[in-house]
Amino acid sequence: MPKLDPYNKMSKGFDVKLICYYLALVLIGWITIYSTCYIPDGSTPIFDFGQPYSKQMIWIGTSILLATVILLIDSGIIQHYAYFFYLFCLFLMILVLFIGAEINGAKSWIKIGSFSLQPTEFMKVATALAMAKFMQEGKTANEKRYVWIGQFALILIPVIVVMLQHDAGSALVFGSFIILFYREGLSSGFLVMCIIAAILTIITLAWNETYSIALLTAVFIVFMIANRTQKKKLRRNVFVYIASILFVFSINFLYEHGFEPHQKQRIDTILGKTSDPLGADFNLNQSKIAIGSGGLFGKGYLKGTQTKLKFVPEQSTDFIFCAIGEEWGFFGTLVVFSLYGALIFRILKLSEKQRNPFVRYYGYGIAGIFIAHFFINIGMTIGLLPIIGIPLPFISYGGSSLWAFTMMLFCFIKLNDN
Amino acid sequence: MSQDNSNRYYIILAVLGILMATYTIRLFNLQVLDKSYKRKANENAIREITIHPARGFIYDRNDSLLVYNDAAYDLMVVPKEMRPFDTMELCRVLDLEIEDVRKKLDKAAKYSGSVPSLFKQQISKEDYGYLQEKMSEFPGFFVQSRTLRSYPQPIAAHILGYVSEVDEQDVENDNYYKMGDYIGKSGIEKAYESVLRGIKGKRKVLVDVHNREMGSYDNGAEDVVAVPGTSIWSTLDMQLQRYGEELMAGKRGAIVAIEPKTGEILCLISSPNYDPNLLVGTARPKNYGKLVMDPEKPLFNRALQAAYPPGSTFKLANGLIALQDHIITTSTVYSCSGGGYHIGSHVVHCHNCGGLNIYSAIQRSCNTFFCRAYYNILSNRVKYKNIDEAYTAWLDYMSSMGFLQVFNTDLPYELKGRIPTAEYFDKKYNNSWNGNTVVSMGIGQGEAAVTPLQMANMLAVIANKGYYIRPHVVRAIGHRDSLNTQFNDKIYSKIEPRHFETVLQGMKMVVTAGTGRGAQIPGIEVAGKTGTAQNPQGRDHSVFALIAPANDPQIVIFCLVENGGFGATVACPIASLMAEFYLNRKVERTDLETRMKELNIK
Repeated sequence: MPKLDPYNKMSKGFDVKLICYYLALVLIGWITIYSTCYIPDGSTPIFDFGQPYSKQMIWIGTSILLATVILLIDSGIIQHYAYFFYLFCLFLMILVLFIGAEINGAKSWIKIGSFSLQPTEFMKVATALAMAKFMQEGKTANEKRYVWIGQFALILIPVIVVMLQHDAGSALVFGSFIILFYREGLSSGFLVMCIIAAILTIITLAWNETYSIALLTAVFIVFMIANRTQKKKLRRNVFVYIASILFVFSINFLYEHGFEPHQKQRIDTILGKTSDPLGADFNLNQSKIAIGSGGLFGKGYLKGTQTKLKFVPEQSTDFIFCAIGEEWGFFGTLVVFSLYGALIFRILKLSEKQRNPFVRYYGYGIAGIFIAHFFINIGMTIGLLPIIGIPLPFISYGGSSLWAFTMMLFCFIKLNDN
Repeated sequence: MSQDNSNRYYIILAVLGILMATYTIRLFNLQVLDKSYKRKANENAIREITIHPARGFIYDRNDSLLVYNDAAYDLMVVPKEMRPFDTMELCRVLDLEIEDVRKKLDKAAKYSGSVPSLFKQQISKEDYGYLQEKMSEFPGFFVQSRTLRSYPQPIAAHILGYVSEVDEQDVENDNYYKMGDYIGKSGIEKAYESVLRGIKGKRKVLVDVHNREMGSYDNGAEDVVAVPGTSIWSTLDMQLQRYGEELMAGKRGAIVAIEPKTGEILCLISSPNYDPNLLVGTARPKNYGKLVMDPEKPLFNRALQAAYPPGSTFKLANGLIALQDHIITTSTVYSCSGGGYHIGSHVVHCHNCGGLNIYSAIQRSCNTFFCRAYYNILSNRVKYKNIDEAYTAWLDYMSSMGFLQVFNTDLPYELKGRIPTAEYFDKKYNNSWNGNTVVSMGIGQGEAAVTPLQMANMLAVIANKGYYIRPHVVRAIGHRDSLNTQFNDKIYSKIEPRHFETVLQGMKMVVTAGTGRGAQIPGIEVAGKTGTAQNPQGRDHSVFALIAPANDPQIVIFCLVENGGFGATVACPIASLMAEFYLNRKVERTDLETRMKELNIK
């Protein structure tokens, strides 16, 4: 057990920039949540604890308290209890499978009175911590192969539980650890393979297998000619070619059987295969209308018609970016982009400078999570990605996500300060 | 390991940068470049509700209401805002077939996705109440109230005209109108459309995703208050109009009564007619079809659109022209003997009236006198070089009294009538014709055909001793005293005033001791002229021209009853009863009145 010595730890000073970005995003979040609840002709009192914006005020207050506690405790504690925290969160998630409440089709909430907790959100920070700790220990291990298996397992276990909760969006977020792995030496070839697989999948789903096969064959021929003198490579090329073809033919099968109908609908829409603006694509369509109608400077605070009149679904949570886009326009969305960009860049930069690999691992881990949340959430509201319901960190309404992301960020600020 | 891979930091940053740039471009495109989302957002959240102003009322000259408005409710639909709803329920409430609903929705969607279309016209007040409560179950639908024309008395349909939904042509001609709007299609409704319609207002309201109204848009900054239509005072005398229509019941024909000093039409009757309430609202298409198919042609306005041979009433005009052209004087005597006016072997029959001057010629309606006079007008080679010139001069006189033209005031679809030109006769008779060739026009037969309105106007010229004011049907707009002055120019005929005294004197004698004794009204001196218009298709038309009181004319009446026979038998008593009713506000000759009302000539 490391000893507690706050005065010594505080001496270097926490990263003020990160704290500023955090406060700015949380403030934007609250202002926007208030706007989504605002009723033009009725009174909308600031304190009405039946209303999300007042509840969010409590979440913000408690989050700041939580942040302060994290900054005050010894960073050794964070490292020390990483596995314990991971297991605790995993326990809660499994508990949810049995006693959880279902909200919007995902059974991922523990309800205690009027208060609901989503363990998945905490699982993300727990996984980042556990991963960092595991990788640090793995550095000195003899059998590197088992380290990789361990890392994979750390991610796979929560992903399986999350999938059992029908929360595909959160499962996807765990994929963001690939950024950490890439930074720490994951083969570029593996990444290239992933990208090729993604391209083949998109081509196959958007059109059909013929195009993918044609593309593969063209590339294969080029490689065969280039490597015509190297027998070993020729054999490898043939193997990869055949494997790729098998993969291409399995895509449609996996797609048909691996996704729920509504998920397939959302993917088909993004691929441009179907269009049903009044039916299945209503939410996406309305989301684009809300953001698109904002123009350069927006309609003005509290003046957004699309969000006020409930055309946009889930506008204080997953679709909160619509309210920002509508009321503050391109200018407002740029501000949010800049803040996130700065936040992520800052985390990466500080991680890179770190001498302590644990902090770097952790930093890359949570940077990946922020990146995933940011791009998936906003990508869905502007029609670049299929609708995947995950919150926009710090801005979306919700206690669990705000607490978890606060914890995530302030653990880093604390660790970085060490 | 970290040292080995630190370049990957930059790769990760680069990929992040590319992603950020992609998203920013996408947002810029969505928010700044693509303007369609602004429009779509407005279509979503802002519904523009047109406020249809109440159409102006129409009163008669004595402030009696002729046309007013009734409330009606239309069910509108915005196809884009529709969501699946309980079609059966809608069918049940509106009493429609599913097939109808589908057709209506298709039509609405074809017209426009986002602009409201009429779904069902004039739903009942009960259905309105029911639907208003359940509106949230029928997204995309809403109820719009408007007004319908209503007529307290089933009279004057032809002259009041009707309003109906605009057609594509109307919308194209005037962008004030949108499909589903109403427009005056004939009569006063058409002539004064811009006055009666008022100005549409609009209200922009916010609607939420469930199609519920959520208050006004921008605090009503863009709302426009509707301006109600302006009321109009017609020149018609409602009671006289109704009385005339009652007298004409069971007969075909027309009556036009004018106040000569003002040109105001006191009544304008075309029989058979129809109840204007038939052409209102949902019953309109069905009833209109029936009226169109009716062999009696009730939609046809005989007073303005039927050209009749005027019969002996035309002699008045020819007498005036003969006096003006010095063909005759008041002391000129023509003799009528031998059964009439002889042209070779052809005879225009008369009653051997003996020698008579213009007064007694009018009194006895002598064919011989007026044939001779007409022949002499056309044979006047002192004044005119040839027949063409003489005939054209005669036409000039006629048109100076209002013939051969439309008055172009506020009356619907007037006809010019037909009186042939000199060229027509040149051609017809191969340039070899004279006064005798066309002499039957001298007594109102033959080629001449004029409208009842033109005849009534000629009577106004006589009553005014030389001029007329173009007949019109609206006397005041907006306020009963703000007189409609656009038609009040005096138009003078080419006849000197003194000649009218002569003709009027003859007309008095018609009533006191001539062919029109039946027109006598106790206590009122009446001037008149009978006529019998030859009708090759059947029995002659009965015609009567009346001016009363003769010394200070308040009313001129031209009455024509198709197939009524002699002027004295039907048209004369009807015109006389109407004059009595108008001047005395009551009728003492009730026996005659009953007889005329019950007379059926069809």
